[in-house]
Amino acid sequence: MTALDVAAIKADFPILSTTVRGGQPLVYLDSGATSQKPKSVLDAERDYYEQHNAAVHRGAHALAELATEDFEDARKVIAGFVGARAKDLVFTKNATESLNLAAYAFSNASAIATHHSGAIDPRFILKPGDSIVITEMEHHANLIPWQEVCRKTGASLRWISLTEDGRLDLSNLDELIDSTTKVVSIVHQSNILGTINPVQLIMDRTHAVGAVGIVDGCQSVPHMPVNVHELHADLFAWSGHKMLGPTGIGCLWGTEEILEAMPPFLTGGSMIQMVEMEKSTFAPPPQKFEAGTPVVAQAVALAAAVRYLENLGMQEVARHEHLLAEHTVNALNALDGVRIIGPTTSWERGSAVSFVVDGLHPHDVGQVLDSRGVAVRVGHHCAWPTCRHFGVPSTTRISPYIYNDIADIDAALEGIVAAQEFFGVK
Amino acid sequence: MDLESLYQDIILDHYKHPRGKGLLNKPLGSAFHVNPTCGDEITVQVNRDAEGGLIIGYDGQGCSISQASASVLVELITGESIERSEVIRKAFLELMHAQGVGEPDEDVLGDAIAFAGVAKFPARVKCALLSWMALQDAEIQAGLITTGEGA
Ligand SMILES: Cc1ncc(COP(=O)(O)O)c(C=O)c1O
Repeated sequence: MTALDVAAIKADFPILSTTVRGGQPLVYLDSGATSQKPKSVLDAERDYYEQHNAAVHRGAHALAELATEDFEDARKVIAGFVGARAKDLVFTKNATESLNLAAYAFSNASAIATHHSGAIDPRFILKPGDSIVITEMEHHANLIPWQEVCRKTGASLRWISLTEDGRLDLSNLDELIDSTTKVVSIVHQSNILGTINPVQLIMDRTHAVGAVGIVDGCQSVPHMPVNVHELHADLFAWSGHKMLGPTGIGCLWGTEEILEAMPPFLTGGSMIQMVEMEKSTFAPPPQKFEAGTPVVAQAVALAAAVRYLENLGMQEVARHEHLLAEHTVNALNALDGVRIIGPTTSWERGSAVSFVVDGLHPHDVGQVLDSRGVAVRVGHHCAWPTCRHFGVPSTTRISPYIYNDIADIDAALEGIVAAQEFFGVK
Repeated sequence: MDLESLYQDIILDHYKHPRGKGLLNKPLGSAFHVNPTCGDEITVQVNRDAEGGLIIGYDGQGCSISQASASVLVELITGESIERSEVIRKAFLELMHAQGVGEPDEDVLGDAIAFAGVAKFPARVKCALLSWMALQDAEIQAGLITTGEGA
């Protein structure tokens, strides 16, 4: 019934054959937090260190050449995965840093502009009266950086609210994104609700008022085919570790024009063109945004992750996840005393499904699942205001990936019923 | 893993039938604590009766462990002197940091000895300590104790 050969895929992931909590097979349903890694990704990182490791973009020796080639090839592969050119892809340490890099462009530009008029692209200069628009379903990584930009510049934060079933309420979009708006930064697929947002429509409105449009693609890139050009965003951020890649690498894609215009975030070595005692000029993007020794081994491993996913085919991955989403929402809808927080149908939603159980705290649900070897996430999922919107302190979230099948979801469902029985709420 | 070692009957009983839940009219000290990883919240308040014994009020929402722990706290601390409450609080803190190998003293900890198993689950220790850390802050705010120690 599924689009992928899950048994064969599982065999590629060493950790999935381990046991937990007294010898129980691991059922890993927390890929929204971080995915597991196939052997090919682990091998790629190890091979790099064993065969090519050296400092990149400098040094005249053989290894330096090999390492630089590996690094820049990886950039091509990873950029190609989202339909982009290598020169428009910046490596960071994670999506959080990518989004901060974007946010700091505005606060840095605003600070610089007070001392050096004319030196900075006015699109990045914020002042009281300007607005930044986000949504009420943002991960903290796309919320707090903008709160900080507001504190530093006097701009105000606005947000698109949510409907009952966890979708964006776009009824007043044209009032929220208006002539005062300088930045719109929204999540593509919500990590807590699973909602897939109409990003293109919102980015088009963003450009209609001349604002910069940013998309957080952390939960979309691992799970569906993404072409950055089709989203009409100016900047697009995501993390490597949620898409089979290693920790320690994130990505920020930007249009050539916007990356040229943005001031840098971190500064230091590798990002310069010319340095004198009192001033410097910067390298062109992406180097302008990659200060210090870059994430070479991580990039090589992330490229291996991309190859793994491309080999499966992202259309197939998306189809597989859609089937899992459908099964999960239907089964949860049918369970007494269980309420999905987010879309209750599989239409325009990913496979991450949050829910609450009447009379049971998510921590306790998660503990019972854990005792059965089933790993899920409990808490506010770094989207505390979203929880607040739905009047719940936290939720339990099932978030499967390519290596999960219906039986894994069913193991979680059985665990929920077991928790209800254990605590006597059924 | 056996769930019963974590969720002792005493804990489940306090969770389902919390003792002394509710806020005080005019607290001497009050502290609001949040567990930032799960969003659980608790307010603990202190007052003193005519003999100087402690009166505790609390309100909050959270998991079985955090709620049962608050209920046990009220039962243990109510009516006690500040010195005795410090002994109990410190004994509970010690138990929670014993990683499941602590030998709890039932004379001091009463029902709280049921939490010994919680200490084996690092992710749940914070839940159990939430109200106790709030108690400490409430007592500091009330001027009943001067220094605290971290969880
Ligand atoms: C939607 C979303 N945005 C941002 C992030 C932050 O990613 P990272 O922690 O890798 O920086 C996450 C991951 O938790 C996420 O799910």
